[in-house]
Amino acid sequence: MNQPAPAPPPPKLPVSLAANPKLSSWLKFSSDGLVTVSPGKVEIGQGIVTALAQIAADELDIDLSRVQMSRASTAASPNEGVTSGSLSIQQSGRALRHACAEVRGIFLQHAAERLGVEIDALDIEDGTISGPGNVRTSYWELADEVSLDRDATAGVTPKIAARRALTGNSVQRIDIPDKVFARRRFIHDQVLAGMLHGRVLRPEHTRAKLIALKEDGARAVAGLVAIVRDGSFAGVVSATEHGAELALQALRKGASWSAGDMLPDEADLASFLKAQPSELTVIDQKTAASPGKTARTIRRQYTRPYIAHASIAPSCAMARWNGDRVHVWTHSQGVYLLRADLALVLKLPAENITVEHLEGAGCYGHNAADDVALDAVLLAKAAGGRPVRVQWSRQGEMSDAPFGAAMAIEIEADLDAQGEIVDWRHDIWGNGHVARPGRAALPALLAGFELAEPFPRMVSTNPPQANGGGGDRNSVPLYDFPSWRIESHRLTTMPIRTSALRTLGAQGNVFAIESFLDELAAERGEDPVAFRLRHLRDERARDVIRAAAARARWKPARQPGIGHGVGFARYKNTGAYCAAIAEIEGAEDISVRKLTLAVDVGEAINPDGVINQIEGGAIQATSWVLKERVRFDRQRITSTDWTEYPILRFSEVPDVEVEVIQRPDIDPVGAGEAAHGPVTAAIANAVFDALGVRVRHLPITRDRIIAAMELTS
Amino acid sequence: MPSVRFRLNGVELDVDADPDRSLLDILRGQLGMTGSHFGCGAGECGACNVIVGDRAVSACDTPLWSVADKDVTTIEGLGTSERPHPLQRAFIVEQALQCGYCVSGILISAAALLKRNPSPTSREVKQALDRNLCRCGSHHRMVRAVLRAAEEMAAQ
Repeated sequence: MNQPAPAPPPPKLPVSLAANPKLSSWLKFSSDGLVTVSPGKVEIGQGIVTALAQIAADELDIDLSRVQMSRASTAASPNEGVTSGSLSIQQSGRALRHACAEVRGIFLQHAAERLGVEIDALDIEDGTISGPGNVRTSYWELADEVSLDRDATAGVTPKIAARRALTGNSVQRIDIPDKVFARRRFIHDQVLAGMLHGRVLRPEHTRAKLIALKEDGARAVAGLVAIVRDGSFAGVVSATEHGAELALQALRKGASWSAGDMLPDEADLASFLKAQPSELTVIDQKTAASPGKTARTIRRQYTRPYIAHASIAPSCAMARWNGDRVHVWTHSQGVYLLRADLALVLKLPAENITVEHLEGAGCYGHNAADDVALDAVLLAKAAGGRPVRVQWSRQGEMSDAPFGAAMAIEIEADLDAQGEIVDWRHDIWGNGHVARPGRAALPALLAGFELAEPFPRMVSTNPPQANGGGGDRNSVPLYDFPSWRIESHRLTTMPIRTSALRTLGAQGNVFAIESFLDELAAERGEDPVAFRLRHLRDERARDVIRAAAARARWKPARQPGIGHGVGFARYKNTGAYCAAIAEIEGAEDISVRKLTLAVDVGEAINPDGVINQIEGGAIQATSWVLKERVRFDRQRITSTDWTEYPILRFSEVPDVEVEVIQRPDIDPVGAGEAAHGPVTAAIANAVFDALGVRVRHLPITRDRIIAAMELTS
Repeated sequence: MPSVRFRLNGVELDVDADPDRSLLDILRGQLGMTGSHFGCGAGECGACNVIVGDRAVSACDTPLWSVADKDVTTIEGLGTSERPHPLQRAFIVEQALQCGYCVSGILISAAALLKRNPSPTSREVKQALDRNLCRCGSHHRMVRAVLRAAEEMAAQ
């Protein structure tokens, strides 16, 4: 008997569109030949606005110059949560592609009726709809008659890859001219009518409480408008930015603080992380059908320090009250999420708060953007309806913003008599990697913890594996080991504030896994590229490794003082594939000479944008690996300027080559975080290749190399 | 209030302000010229670089009095979209930035370099930009853009 074929699953809307189905919330035609596209994602220097414009123009068959991208605002935009996790192309891109395809169809249908021709006979070129007998109309002519105030429907089919004209091409980013000609595009450069300036006083010692505040010094500063104090939160509002700075200095002199909280011992972070109370989660477990025989067991420990976002711009925001309503301008990654937390702190309905995005400098995750927005809102309360602009100091940006979490990672492998992996265990200790606003019943904003009636300090959590995980991101091996057990020990105390930094835990986990694999391959005398390929079945994974290896002419002949290393990961195990090969030079002081990368993001919407992201990620990862760690003593963060927290400079930047493997028929994924893990591991493995020592603790500095050499000898 | 006279982007100017205040503060605050960006306030990042005389300096730790009677060029004086400086054109062609916050200071450092060395090597460009920090990792594109601008200027 023939069984009826199972019904195909009902078609589904892309997630962002399902959450915001009204088509008019995504795009609107205006009668002047333009279309306004309103994504819920925001530009953070990654070029997303251009890529989304490409997608929309392509699907609508219009010229890119007709697309106007509107900035996200809670007043009008679809709610797409947060711009993070390399998900904007996946979420916003797919939603827009679908919405535009549906809108195109609606207009075609309407045009067919109006022109009296079959819909299949119609064609669209740069927004002009034409058909047989020279009949024609356009999106803009029909715009008043066609309502887009209707919900998107599932089952719409966007164009096939071969019919797309714009996506897949490296068009120029639409935001770059403004930035090169120094037009006022950044939030930092906006000047609102009647704008005042605010500064917030924060303690030098971590979490010290404000005991007493003498205000007379600050009151004497010219231009002072208000001094605001609520518990340990204190700040000034002045007519000028200069006046605000002077008033803050005076206020600082008049402040008395409690002792503050004790910080961990920076010199022994791993012991600290492993000794803290924690919550255990078994991330993944795989059991072998027939377990192999263990001949010996190897265990290695890896650490990564706290890492600062270290944006070049200190965070900035503006706020203006009107009665019990407040308008906020912010470079937050999530306008709706920030609004939700502001509503909690202010005890106001969300509708009373409008949060509007303006571009800031690159943030690389959850920095102080959201914190400074609450600062501005609190100070603006004392400004009599005038807007207040607040900007943090460099010192504040480097000490009061959340950091990427420090991690201790232990990997243990059972090997059989031939040195093949029989079982694999991976344990991670560290704080959670996410304490973003808008996701919990309590706010995550710094000033909220400082008020006279404070909210409890949020302890960071980890997203579930289904969402890519947090500290455990990329901890499940992509390699086909027979069995494994992956555990995460998330700290339930948080003496140093952590939240999302580019890649969350993936950089640490990929560093650990790929270093460990390199060690096993070296012990067997097996080439590390061959070793990886032998353990990978995923062809896309194998392709990026082979492409990077071929481009780097793996493995170049040995030269004294030069080393080569490889690293690979698929970001989140579901995103972009990336392989990196590093060439390093040196003895105790090393420099990275060259990075060769291959990446597969599926369909690369804007290939040059992908290269820009991968190249930037590779250089930033090199900076993390060679230089970066947040420094602290037992009372305070001490790495509060660029001398104490150095980042890679022009003269130190390695050559970077990127090969993009285009796969136009595979759904696109983001590229912003794919390179960090592979590059980190590749550099560490190249250090071993050059010097014969394994440095298992980041950053790989002169001191760490000498320490590793001493351990080896 | 004492007054300090200097030439800003070719225009003679008298600024009434405390001469100890930073040039950046005067530019952004008093003069409303926001192209020079605040990054650190300590002359460590280059986001606020301006050209004084023929050298790129950080405006955040340059006191106003020190530019008296001098020529100051900011990013606003470098070029406009109608009449772009070759560097600005080259940065667009090379798509030489990600977030772009550091870029006005980098354009200024590069402009100062090309004035004293019209045909720099890639190494010389990197040296000239070594006090400018870029966090996004756009260094190579920026170096390429500076070299492109130098070539274009040499051809003119």
